[in-house]
Amino acid sequence: MNKRAIFAIIRKDLKVVIQNKGVMLPILILPLILFVILPWLVTLAPSLVNIAGVSANNLEELQTLIQRMPAGFQQELAGYEGIQILAVFFLVYMMAPFFLILPLMVSSVIAADSFAGEKERKTMEALLYSPTTDRELFVAKLLSGWLAAIAVALVGFALYVVMANAAAWSLMHRIFFPNTMWLVLIAWVVPALPGLGLGVMVLVSARAQGFQDANQTGGLVVLPVILLVFGQISGVMYFSVPLVVLLGLVIWLLDGLLIWFGSCSFRRGRLLGA
Amino acid sequence: MDPVITINQLTRCFKETTAVSQLSLEVHAGEIFGFLGHNGAGKTTTVRLLNGVIEPTSGSMRVLGLDPQMDGPALRARTGVLTETPSMDERLTAWDNLSIYADLYGVPRSQVRQRIDELLAEFDLADRAREKVAAYSKGMKQRLALARALLHRPELLFLDEATSGLDPIAAHHVNDLILRMARREKRTVFLCTHNLVEAQKLCGRVAVLEHGRLVALGTPAELTRQFVRRLDVEIEVSEDQVPVTLDLLRSLPELVLGEPAKPNGALVVTINQRESIPEVLACLAQNQIRVYRMAPQEANLEQVYFNLHEEKEGVQ
Repeated sequence: MNKRAIFAIIRKDLKVVIQNKGVMLPILILPLILFVILPWLVTLAPSLVNIAGVSANNLEELQTLIQRMPAGFQQELAGYEGIQILAVFFLVYMMAPFFLILPLMVSSVIAADSFAGEKERKTMEALLYSPTTDRELFVAKLLSGWLAAIAVALVGFALYVVMANAAAWSLMHRIFFPNTMWLVLIAWVVPALPGLGLGVMVLVSARAQGFQDANQTGGLVVLPVILLVFGQISGVMYFSVPLVVLLGLVIWLLDGLLIWFGSCSFRRGRLLGA
Repeated sequence: MDPVITINQLTRCFKETTAVSQLSLEVHAGEIFGFLGHNGAGKTTTVRLLNGVIEPTSGSMRVLGLDPQMDGPALRARTGVLTETPSMDERLTAWDNLSIYADLYGVPRSQVRQRIDELLAEFDLADRAREKVAAYSKGMKQRLALARALLHRPELLFLDEATSGLDPIAAHHVNDLILRMARREKRTVFLCTHNLVEAQKLCGRVAVLEHGRLVALGTPAELTRQFVRRLDVEIEVSEDQVPVTLDLLRSLPELVLGEPAKPNGALVVTINQRESIPEVLACLAQNQIRVYRMAPQEANLEQVYFNLHEEKEGVQ
């Protein structure tokens, strides 16, 4: 493997992505909404409701929801009371599946730009005439999306740690976030997720006509994450440590499968539509 | 002289279309080889095959002694390709574009800066090296793409429509650069073009491709002799003998084709073949016509190309 060539392609892809507003805007806006605005909304909303004349402690609907949740989840919330439950429920557990959207989205958007976008801009051909092997090209294209997705997810996580604790400080009076489940999520699931987005996008991009086309089709990869959100709201499951470990394992296996399939079918000629 | 490129019965099909069919030819070291054909004739497909970017359906080829299919990366390290579209990352600066490709082509790290500066100066882009390529004119992009193709000092250069879409001055500049490279640096150039004037000016030998098939191969002079049978000849005679001369020429329908013309003082006649010139001249001399000048207008590749095209269309 020619590492210098691989890093050159990664450098090129990331430099091009940074210059592309169409790619950068969603990458910046999503973390801003999820990790900055949402924690404050969650913690400020009960106070606003209280000002409006409704008791913030009157959390009957939330209690009903929690009663529907598995016993393990109710134990997790045992140390909290009143409005604190609301903050922990939303900021720790409900946000976990939402957080997974970030690395998935970043990796798939970058892969769409890197494969289909490059084909659309007609810059791919020069790259294919370079002395890289198909494998080096494939690895470089995967790594550019993978590294960027992990970097954005880690920055997003750091931001969220600060914002969630700051926003909930008046309720918790201590640093309550992250818990063990989140640390496992960040260390085990987040690094696996870009592989899912990239693997799907490699397959989609071979047939897509351009960035938008690939992005729209490949965007469907976030659907399973939406299912996780609904699964948790409906009380079917919750983000416990064992579930997160299992989730990571499934995603890593899917990554392996998709990347194996992608690397087997990856031929430079196909990127030219040949 | 050892051939740099040897192609033997090369064929490439895309579903039901045959892009290149039974192509066989050789390109020698140091020559500028013209690869002519209309759009879709199979020129770009051939370049992709010769660089191991796509695989042939059948046939074989050796480029710089390597098999493009088996040794693609090693081969591409020794070739440079200027694609039909400049294929530059327009969101990056010229310098960034070149430095990324210097890494891809393995230019020694210690030489990267010097080599890029040298090429940017050579191609008259040094002043705008830190500007994004999107702000460049088409001619500048093409020159930058040529600089990129030369970064690693390739032994063999493929130029696919190097001057396509350029204004005449920019095209002239690029053609000068090609000539300089071939002569000064002794590089072999494989020039794909449908610009016949350019091919005539630059190429030592040319191959003409029609619907993926090789229909002619040789030097421009050989091809004109082989494929251009009609020949326009300018005849200058005494002014008072013009009417008699016209009558005489009209009486030679087996040698002179069509009606003689007199566009700018001299008579212009179309003769069926080069070998008829002495016969026409003898006929004029026998009839006491004072011929001051008889100048065959040299046929060019354009006529070769059109003749070949007409022949093929006629066959089809």
